[in-house]
Amino acid sequence: MNRRTLEERLFKILMVGSVCIVIGSLVVIFGLVVINGASSLSIEMITQTPRPSVPGDPPGGGILNAIVGSLLLALPATGFASLIGIGIALFLQNDFLHPRYSDIIRFMLDVLWGIPSIIYGIFCLMIMISIGMSSSILVGMIALTLLEIPIITRSMDEAIKMVPKGLKEGAYSLGSTKIETAFRVIRRQAFPGILAGILLGLGRGIGDAASILFTAGFSNRLPTSLFDSTATLPTMIYNLYSTPLGQSKAFAAAFILLMIVLIVSVLSRLLTRRFKKHIIK
Amino acid sequence: MNTRKLRDLIGTKTLLLITLFVSSLFFLIFILLLSRSLLVLESHSIIEVLFSSIWNPDAGQFGLAAIIVDTILVTGFALLIAIPISLLSAIYIVEYAPRRLRKTIRPFIDVLAGVPSVVYGLCAFLFLAPFVQNVIAPFFGAQSTGLCIFSAAIILSIMVFPIIISLCIESFDAIPLSLKEASLSVGATKWETVKKVVFRASAPSIIAAILLGFGRAFGETIAVNMVIGGTIRLPSSLFNPGETLASLIASKYGELMSIPLHESALMLVALILFIVVFLFYILGFLTLRRAKKRWKY
Amino acid sequence: MENYQIETKNLNVQIQKNSILKNINIKIPAKQLTAVIGPSGCGKTTLLKSFNRLLEIQDEVNISGQILVDGENILDRKASEIPDIRKKMGLISQKPYPLPMSIFENVAYGLRIHHNKNAKELAEAVQYCLEEVGLWNEVKNRLHDPASRLSVGQQQRLCLARAIAVQPEVLLCDEPTSALDPIAAQQIEKLLLKLKKEYTVILVTHTLRQAKRVADYVIFLYFGMVIEQGTADEFFNNPKNPETKAYLSGEIS
Repeated sequence: MNRRTLEERLFKILMVGSVCIVIGSLVVIFGLVVINGASSLSIEMITQTPRPSVPGDPPGGGILNAIVGSLLLALPATGFASLIGIGIALFLQNDFLHPRYSDIIRFMLDVLWGIPSIIYGIFCLMIMISIGMSSSILVGMIALTLLEIPIITRSMDEAIKMVPKGLKEGAYSLGSTKIETAFRVIRRQAFPGILAGILLGLGRGIGDAASILFTAGFSNRLPTSLFDSTATLPTMIYNLYSTPLGQSKAFAAAFILLMIVLIVSVLSRLLTRRFKKHIIK
Repeated sequence: MNTRKLRDLIGTKTLLLITLFVSSLFFLIFILLLSRSLLVLESHSIIEVLFSSIWNPDAGQFGLAAIIVDTILVTGFALLIAIPISLLSAIYIVEYAPRRLRKTIRPFIDVLAGVPSVVYGLCAFLFLAPFVQNVIAPFFGAQSTGLCIFSAAIILSIMVFPIIISLCIESFDAIPLSLKEASLSVGATKWETVKKVVFRASAPSIIAAILLGFGRAFGETIAVNMVIGGTIRLPSSLFNPGETLASLIASKYGELMSIPLHESALMLVALILFIVVFLFYILGFLTLRRAKKRWKY
Repeated sequence: MENYQIETKNLNVQIQKNSILKNINIKIPAKQLTAVIGPSGCGKTTLLKSFNRLLEIQDEVNISGQILVDGENILDRKASEIPDIRKKMGLISQKPYPLPMSIFENVAYGLRIHHNKNAKELAEAVQYCLEEVGLWNEVKNRLHDPASRLSVGQQQRLCLARAIAVQPEVLLCDEPTSALDPIAAQQIEKLLLKLKKEYTVILVTHTLRQAKRVADYVIFLYFGMVIEQGTADEFFNNPKNPETKAYLSGEIS
């Protein structure tokens, strides 16, 4: 008896300790980024591109090119990935495909989700070189799209799986075709989950550096066409973190990234809650 | 009526095509990496590549042993820290924490899972590394610049926390109350119930969570690259700088296009990354299926 | 006079600010089968779970009053003593919930926690419990199969075996037959009739006929209040309260 309560107490202490470690480390990271980021953030930082440094003069300017680059890459990539993702997710439902095959495809998507993003970078780089292109917004966008497809598809898939069978049967019994049922009924019912999936993909895409490191290249100027290379927030941080003079820009970029992630996360929570009202349980 | 049927047909076929394309991506990546890494395998045996620790591209030597050892050390050490801490935190949050804490902590963890790795890397480089250099390494009687295997493992474990925790919370939450009641009502304490019933019933999901955590730690490129120091030598302690498979690719990408053999060697590294992740997923998939069959609740 | 095992005094239970049980004063006779009846949602399960303090694992539960078990108020006990209270009371839930382990381990679960038995004693105890519930012959050749492979009726008997393995004094049964097919349900009913010689059995049920078949003592709950309690004979043949009469005649359900 005594040993049993003792064991419980011991583990409870360990649990509280673990939670403290987790929360503590996360608070520290947030704190560091917010404190350092907020202090280096200024109007100049978000409205100007980097000025090349003159010897003896600290480099100035801002990170506008990275902000623009990130948005130019991640937004369209998320859009494409969502379009493709919703198609596949709907197709994976049993109406279209034998469960055996859809499970195989799900497994492949899971592996694709799991493989390191650098592999997508390498993959696109290889293709890019072999067709004679150079690093550009377009290639980076493709890399991000590929990276986001499995994430978005599987999240949507899980959301659509939750749609009650009766609802589908109801639609079919009214004479709807598979496609009509999929796109009108299921999509609407699973909307919050689908939206959450898209936002998850956006969050991952906008923060990923490894896949666009080689494919989008780097530039201190604002891009003017799809074939220009561009800086992004993550690659900006990666390029500047080790140079003492660049660290304020790195922190400003990190701060903006963190805010984007935060907004995306809060948004997905709010939207999910809002749209849940229209859902038939 | 006819146009509806036609639309149905066209729609179905389009969806099929898209699905096939994405599924084939999996094979495309594999084939491309394989074909690109053949060059280095023609002149070097796979044994030599895997077990030699000399990496000297200029001399045509591509031994990966040191990098593989570093990768195992970093990933293993990160998971060794992350798994118990995450499991204990998750169980605390679900079973022990007061309701208000439980509700506030979950969105927080979701946000953390979404923080880009480059942000973790930045913090690790500027704050963790000096701390390791000045406090932790001297404490263990070692000298270190702070850019070392230990720092990489620590930051990786922090990155893995939210992944394992949120998946575990989900699966612990899904355990029916009645199952816990069944255990409690024969006089088990809460901890005994957690240990013998909750952990067992959610074993498949715990395994899945750990595998996902592994995937993240194993393939993490940027954050590791920023703090590991980038030295290719067999490490003698955790406070030595190193290089992992993924971070090697990021470090050397600038030279990718210069020497064909070097490029091919890096492709081989990418191929190894791909295969290992794939094998772990298969492993996870099989254990999951087995466990699910065996312990239904 | 009769020997009462459980007695409640002014028991009130609130869950998420809803009053579920109001001023419950009941007495439950030892070594008899007490049926708690009433329409669904009237607090029967809540009452049952308050006896072994299982309610408290949920959020926002407020309990006041007294629950006397063998004359001692269990609501006064410290948290560390709760497992002992629960050990005294086996719980059989509506749907069988075998633990995620083998058939043998399910029965041995409580034994391993409470007693230090060697392998042989453990095996004997498990066999005894499985024989008690009439499951031994059906499972003796596959004791190490997962419990989830048993049929639902077998699972429910396994849960009974698991409960009696720790030698409780009371068996709390929460509609134990409602998820079962008629034959399995009959088996469980027979078992309960057998077990009431050794245990105080409290059976929550919403089928009147079942209560009529097996009960020695009946408690009628309606909207969280005790409307009537008494011996089965008196309750069914000579109900005093008009609501009881209405319920018995099927006017309210």
